[in-house]
Amino acid sequence: MYNKGTIIPGLIIFVVLMLFAIFNNAGKKIEAPKVEKPVGYKECVKPVQYMKESHMELLNVWRDEVIREGKREQVEAGGVLYEKSLQNGCMHCHTNKTKFCDVCHTFASVYPYCWDCHVAPQEDLALKEAR
Amino acid sequence: MDSSRRKFLKIAGISAVAGIGAPSALNMLMKKEVQASSDGGGHGAQPDAHGAPAGHGAAPTGKRYGMVIDAVKFHDNPGLAEKCIEACHTYFNVPDFGNKKDEIKWLWQVPFTNAFPTDESHYKKDDRTHGMQFLVTCNHCDNPPCVRACPTKATFKNADGIIMMDFHRCIGCRFCMAACPYGSRSFNWRDPRGSKDGVPFIKKINPEFPTRMRGVVEKCSFCDLRVKKGLQPLCVEATGDTKAMVFGDLNDPNSEISQVLKARFTIQRKPSLGTMPSVFYII
Repeated sequence: MYNKGTIIPGLIIFVVLMLFAIFNNAGKKIEAPKVEKPVGYKECVKPVQYMKESHMELLNVWRDEVIREGKREQVEAGGVLYEKSLQNGCMHCHTNKTKFCDVCHTFASVYPYCWDCHVAPQEDLALKEAR
Repeated sequence: MDSSRRKFLKIAGISAVAGIGAPSALNMLMKKEVQASSDGGGHGAQPDAHGAPAGHGAAPTGKRYGMVIDAVKFHDNPGLAEKCIEACHTYFNVPDFGNKKDEIKWLWQVPFTNAFPTDESHYKKDDRTHGMQFLVTCNHCDNPPCVRACPTKATFKNADGIIMMDFHRCIGCRFCMAACPYGSRSFNWRDPRGSKDGVPFIKKINPEFPTRMRGVVEKCSFCDLRVKKGLQPLCVEATGDTKAMVFGDLNDPNSEISQVLKARFTIQRKPSLGTMPSVFYII
């Protein structure tokens, strides 16, 4: 083997670098992000576990039902009727996008493009400041 | 295994019969199914009452929303048209890019020549119609060319005959814009949430309706979200008691719009193209 002196140490450095992240975090407990729960509302339109796992699927179903099938009837949760809408339904209770949506999404490194078009509550004010 | 010639011929014969018979039997069954589904779905091949081409008949529920625009009343009430446009564009977060080339229009005004180019005669040029402005918007055609052109089904005809835009699905190819003979569709060349010289393109964002993003086509939706709730479209509401705009179900002979269409002479935009527009004009 040629250049044994550089290849082998180089390989070792490479493997150590690659595995560093795993060893560094091994055994550490990573705190799950804490989302801000809405005040004054007890019940969501679906069980909490379902919402945690599949809220994006529900949003897609709502989108198709509302736009494509014209089924705009409201959904009931805990005796209250809500619009089948991200902007006017979900955000009616979950008023703080940064402390509810973004906390988890950033933690999980997912960047959905909902807010490219949809307007978050008070986001219009935030937009004004950004300008 | 002992196989005689007799046995072999028997099996060969049965296989041949089955092989020839099965496809035709299956065909018969399939045909029956198709017939059954077309009976239920109301998508019969018969042309509808207007003698429309097959496949583009009335919407499944039998509803077909339309609008009558009384251009004379708009002419007599200066500022009324602007009020309608304002009501529409502020609610739906329609951006104003401040330049004609990038303009986004859901509802706007054009002179007679542009609104009704096929109604122009070489000799007939009366001062009255040529001095008027006409409110134009998406015609929500019965036979919409834009729907046929859309490769992603982002634009489609809903159960009430309204031509809808699903902004989620639009890929910004602009085929629909090329297909629409009325120029009813606008493309967001720029980010509607941006600003120029400190002036935002959307003056005040309405939090009840989303904005669009760059690269999406948009147009009038006949306020389907209000119509579903039994309300009138925003522009019609803005005309108030003037009755300059009448909105309703064209298929219902007792609706106000049907009565108006029965009583008055109206014209459509470019009817010769066969798109069958749902917007009618009293001129």
